Amino acid sequence: MNRQEFNHINETIHEEKMDNGLQVFLLSKPEMIKTYGIFTTNYGSIDQTFTPLGKEEEVTVPEGIAHFLEHKLFEKEDRDVFQDFTKLGASANAFTSFTKTAYLFSATSHIYENVRTLVDFVQDPYFSEQSVEKEKGIISQEIRMYDDQPDWRGFFGTIGSLYHKHPVKVDIAGTVESIQDISKDDLYMCYETFYHPSNMVLFLAGNFEPEEMMNYVRENQNSKEFPEAPAINRRFPREPVSAFKSENSIQMAVSTPKAYIGLKEQVAELSGEELLRSELLSDMLLDFYFSTSGKYYDELYQSGLVDDSFHFETEWEREFGFTVLGGDSRSPDAFLKRLKKMLLTMKKETITDEDFARMKRKKIGEFMRALNSLEFIANQYTHYHMLGINLFDVLPFIESLKKEDMEEFVENWMQESRMTTFQVKPKE
Amino acid sequence: MKTAKQITEDKRGFRLHVLPTNKYKTVSIVVKWKAPLEKETITKRSLLPSIMQKATERYPTSRQLQGALEDLYGTALSADAAKKGENHVLSFRMEVVNDRYLKEEGSILEKAVRILSEVLYQPEREGEGFSSSIFEREKETLTQRIHSVKDDKMSYANIRLMDHMCEGEAYGVHAQGHLEELEPLTNEQLFSYYKKMIQEDEMDVYVTGDVSKESIEPLFDEFFSRDADLSSHHRTQATDKQVDGSREIIEREEMSQGKLHIGFRTHTFFGEDDYYPLQVFNGIFGGFPSSKLFMNVREKHSLAYYAASRFESHKGLLFVFSGIDPNDYRQAKTIILDQKKAIENGEFSEEEVEESKQQIIHQLKETMEHPYGLIEILYHQQLSGKEIDADELFRRLEQVTSSDVIRLAKKIELDTIYFLTSTEKGDS
Repeated sequence: MNRQEFNHINETIHEEKMDNGLQVFLLSKPEMIKTYGIFTTNYGSIDQTFTPLGKEEEVTVPEGIAHFLEHKLFEKEDRDVFQDFTKLGASANAFTSFTKTAYLFSATSHIYENVRTLVDFVQDPYFSEQSVEKEKGIISQEIRMYDDQPDWRGFFGTIGSLYHKHPVKVDIAGTVESIQDISKDDLYMCYETFYHPSNMVLFLAGNFEPEEMMNYVRENQNSKEFPEAPAINRRFPREPVSAFKSENSIQMAVSTPKAYIGLKEQVAELSGEELLRSELLSDMLLDFYFSTSGKYYDELYQSGLVDDSFHFETEWEREFGFTVLGGDSRSPDAFLKRLKKMLLTMKKETITDEDFARMKRKKIGEFMRALNSLEFIANQYTHYHMLGINLFDVLPFIESLKKEDMEEFVENWMQESRMTTFQVKPKE
Repeated sequence: MKTAKQITEDKRGFRLHVLPTNKYKTVSIVVKWKAPLEKETITKRSLLPSIMQKATERYPTSRQLQGALEDLYGTALSADAAKKGENHVLSFRMEVVNDRYLKEEGSILEKAVRILSEVLYQPEREGEGFSSSIFEREKETLTQRIHSVKDDKMSYANIRLMDHMCEGEAYGVHAQGHLEELEPLTNEQLFSYYKKMIQEDEMDVYVTGDVSKESIEPLFDEFFSRDADLSSHHRTQATDKQVDGSREIIEREEMSQGKLHIGFRTHTFFGEDDYYPLQVFNGIFGGFPSSKLFMNVREKHSLAYYAASRFESHKGLLFVFSGIDPNDYRQAKTIILDQKKAIENGEFSEEEVEESKQQIIHQLKETMEHPYGLIEILYHQQLSGKEIDADELFRRLEQVTSSDVIRLAKKIELDTIYFLTSTEKGDS
């Protein structure tokens, strides 16, 4: 077991890679009552084409299968795992993203039993045809729920018109049609390929003694057998640099139109540290111009082109990256035109030393506030680990950023060919 | 375990509650302003937080104010308005990085507290009004937000259920305000109400973080004291209503998933003896993924992705919500109402009672570990005038028996079944 101290924020991480390849991180916080655990596989909705464990031929599985698998892992032959956590006075949940599937609990008692329950249920699948069929009704309603949410439709519409063929363009849950094709055998095949311990990270944070906890996890893992697993062979379609469509829209029953601009980011060949730098700089720049203190936002808001539903996000992953800005607008065409112009002229703006210092202070403060949350630490530590970055190095990294780094970044950031606009229009 | 070592002291014009803890890297401050819930004032009170957090005398534009907060390591300021039973509460929240984690001269906290007090007491003004451009823009934003409420089908269904169920009761007013009140509202009228509010509203200030009462008290004396007219303060006990025959209402919109929302009267209020069995009842009925609603509507019959219940503590209401296919209305409604009957008939195990208690206790402990969560729990107690420490709270929950739960289930009356469904299909 290794121990890493981060004195600037007063935290210590214990870390060990188990014999079966499982990576374990522990953050002991004896002042907390709660313990939070998250068990994550490096497998999400975009991992649709791959060579299954022990096979030669590549397969492409139905859209939405990673999310479907997440649902079904909770169901065992004789029980629902939610009940196991309930009996232990804990709460459990799970989520699937583009690149990850994660199972988590939060507990204020029976910590060890809860850790065991988490690890054991994820490592012991039980899928049957009957329960797979039953789940199709539930997930169909989940998809329909999102179908009625105009923000969700706007976001996925934007991603969908940025990407030509990359699976990031498909809704994480798939479609009501695509999930009908999922079978029990598909689930086992995905499970065996992607839920091998060597593709997973366990992060526990909260009230426990780290040595004892690590021994507990080690014993648990040593008592189970897993086949040898070679590196996973995943394949993604070759995606052009440019946006799929320069503009696109849908119609739906909304009272106010929604309008977005999406930018496809260039992530190919970026190392973990370069991804982090790009993510931080893009986030700081968006914040500088488009948060409530930003001059672009102020102009858009004062002129009535947007209201306070305006928001932005930027995501930088190994296989893809995007930035999306937008919100409700009663003059969507004028808003998009103005916003696009702002984005394209951003590199001509001057950032003063004072501006840059403020941007850094804001980012540092934001990070410190987030560290109050065990969930944030565990989820983000895992996320960054999978990109080859240590979460607790992020703070010194922000401190080391220079204005020149930002100037260099902004110079090549926004390009019209990588942009799309997307509107959710009211039905006529 | 104690809820927290809460130190409460009557100050000039407000109550100061200090909760020292070493769990956080930040200091959180919440200022609560409370008045009775009234149709005449709700629209003004809904508009005030967004105007007040935009500008102050010292920082007369939104950009300047936000910029000043960013300089203080991105100190987060937010404000909102909410119904709590038949009270209306404005909350101003601020989170500041604790000075001990910063390499700064002087206290960030002191500067931040000063800004917060200016937001409350020294808004930017023009004559006998707020800044007219801010007033106009925020009025417009609120108008827009009220118009767009239909776009979020889940909250729209909630609002419609309340419209039908609490028609003619104070609780039936919309938390966001009403267009017919907003449209004729002038800047001067709003400002004159603001002056009355800061004179007459009951004011509580909560501070939590790694601070001592002695160190921060002078700061709050200096910046928050007011000459308030406290004579009008009294506890608003919400009116209860016996149900005179339940109602069933179906409305249609263009949407793909139907929203089935059901309202009950619990005749049970925060702090009463029956409040404990009410919580346990809700846990067995629909509060958790192990509850009867989730297990039957979702897991057994595959009708929904979500099916849950939640109660309002100060008005004595309980709600069920589920998103279902429009064609499944009758079946889902029957299953939901049957679950309540089953509890009335004692069709649940001792184990379910115990698990429900443990889930509630876990949830409370978890909420208490979040700075704003803890403050909300304590404020609920302040509102009801019944201060209970955590140990006592848990003890009272532990004492709840199966027969208490049955009695509570029988006490709860069905009031209104509301179904918002597709214009195209569905039986009714």
